[in-house]
Amino acid sequence: MSNALFRPLTPRWGMQKRWTDGSAMADVASEFIKPNDRLSSFERLEIYNRQYWFRVLDCLYDDYPGLRAVVGERKFLKLARAYLARYPSDSYTLRDLGSRLEKFLHDEPNWSAPRQELALDMVRFEWAQVVAFDGPADEPITPDEILDTPPDKLKLRLQPYLSLLELDFEVDDFLIAIKKRDSDALRGEASNAMNAAPKAHRRRRRVRFPKRSKIHLAVHRHDNMLYYMRLDADAFAVLRLLGRGLTVEAACVEVVSQSARTEIDWPKQIKEWFDTWSTLGWFCRA
Amino acid sequence: MPANPFNGYTDYGIGIGLRVPHYRHILAKKPVVDWFEIISENFMVDGGRPLEVLDAILEQYRVVQHGVAIYFGSADKFNREHLRRLKRLVKYTKTPWLSDHLCWGSVDGRYTHDLLPMPYTFAVARHTAEKIRAARDFLEVPICVENVSSYAEYHASEMTEWEFLTEVSELADCGILLDVNNIYVSSQNHNFNPYDYLNNIPHHRVGQMHIAGHSKFEKYILDTHDHPVLDPVWKMYAHAIKLIGPTATLLEWDDRIPSFDEVHNEALKANKFRDAQLAASTA
Repeated sequence: MSNALFRPLTPRWGMQKRWTDGSAMADVASEFIKPNDRLSSFERLEIYNRQYWFRVLDCLYDDYPGLRAVVGERKFLKLARAYLARYPSDSYTLRDLGSRLEKFLHDEPNWSAPRQELALDMVRFEWAQVVAFDGPADEPITPDEILDTPPDKLKLRLQPYLSLLELDFEVDDFLIAIKKRDSDALRGEASNAMNAAPKAHRRRRRVRFPKRSKIHLAVHRHDNMLYYMRLDADAFAVLRLLGRGLTVEAACVEVVSQSARTEIDWPKQIKEWFDTWSTLGWFCRA
Repeated sequence: MPANPFNGYTDYGIGIGLRVPHYRHILAKKPVVDWFEIISENFMVDGGRPLEVLDAILEQYRVVQHGVAIYFGSADKFNREHLRRLKRLVKYTKTPWLSDHLCWGSVDGRYTHDLLPMPYTFAVARHTAEKIRAARDFLEVPICVENVSSYAEYHASEMTEWEFLTEVSELADCGILLDVNNIYVSSQNHNFNPYDYLNNIPHHRVGQMHIAGHSKFEKYILDTHDHPVLDPVWKMYAHAIKLIGPTATLLEWDDRIPSFDEVHNEALKANKFRDAQLAASTA
């Protein structure tokens, strides 16, 4: 039965009429599903086949509004169907359903053509938000602990819920515009019923695609609210080097030595960065 | 049975499912609610807003965990990570009992995220009961299994659904979360008398009950949890209360969720039947 459930639906959201070996699906279903006075075996099995796909597609639809806006509504559903056929859920929670979207879009760029790069940026950004929403948090290191350790010895780990993204498009502004346009959808929780196809062809006002422009984003949470913060390239580089295990001093020296900026008071700038990041609780003991 | 081993000898009244659209209202207004049922999997996370909300709820309310992904009926072995996280949550919430569905939903590590009906055979009953026992031993909390609504039946079945529920619960020595709406939905989809179901299960094992709304389609009924409870279900609930006693009852409303007050008021209608039964039993 599970093979039948996972099998993709037809373009008209029905169960496929033929089984994998070419035999009639009606015959296959009647081998193990009883008909009743209103529904054939095929129709009864089809309810579950449709429910499976409606549920998982609906989940991706709601969780990836940015990717949906990038590729378009219809193409998104095709992409999602192909993704789920390649990567069925292997987690007890639907939260993880999109965890391999980035890999999928990277490996199979045709699904997001002609905006592959933008789609990849967007899905990285949207997955980072999933992580920031309910990812683990470690005890932040205190300012005193930071001050008590010499910079050449001090190593800091970044919070597991914090993602640092170097992106080629301004997807943050784009997603804000998309969310402003769309009303939040609410997903059913304990009911096992899915009686409607995903919202496949709603007409929505178009939002202008983001321009190509390198941005550096920190996707994080503070007081359990989700935020994304743009960083300048040097600040981003410092954080990334800290995340790779360099000491504070080594990270700062490397960034300062490679920075193109000259008219800057580096000690003051670095102090401001660390004050902000510490206040946000981004650092943990390495 | 108001209090029994399967609900941790508690005597809870009418609860509602804790759902995201109501968080703000509940946390701000702190309405009087006897208990909340949480979907375990929604809170088996490592941090963030879900756990902050749970903390606030636990400070004020009694909470019972209801799961959607243990899949006692799956042939797969348990997902150990799932069980470990579930146990951590059980210790955190101090849920007096825990419920999940009598169904399958995963195969070879792939999840359908659905509550699929099982073939009602003795072999499947034994397998399922073993898994329930193993889960209870690991989680160290009483377990109630919930009958699911279904839209298909198998040729392989050797007994009725209520006989299967009885067989599994006796073999596992576990409780039953009796979903009255699910019985009604399945009875319409499979042409059986829902009162035969209610009359022929081990009433002493019922630790909790569910009520909910459903949707009628041309050829079948779907368990949508997006309506008030319908009259036939209230009648069955009244009958169940007579058989079982005023048991902890939970209204499920999961889609097109109205205001908190509307959901809560719908749930509190169950009090009419509970009070009538209490009056009858003390007369």
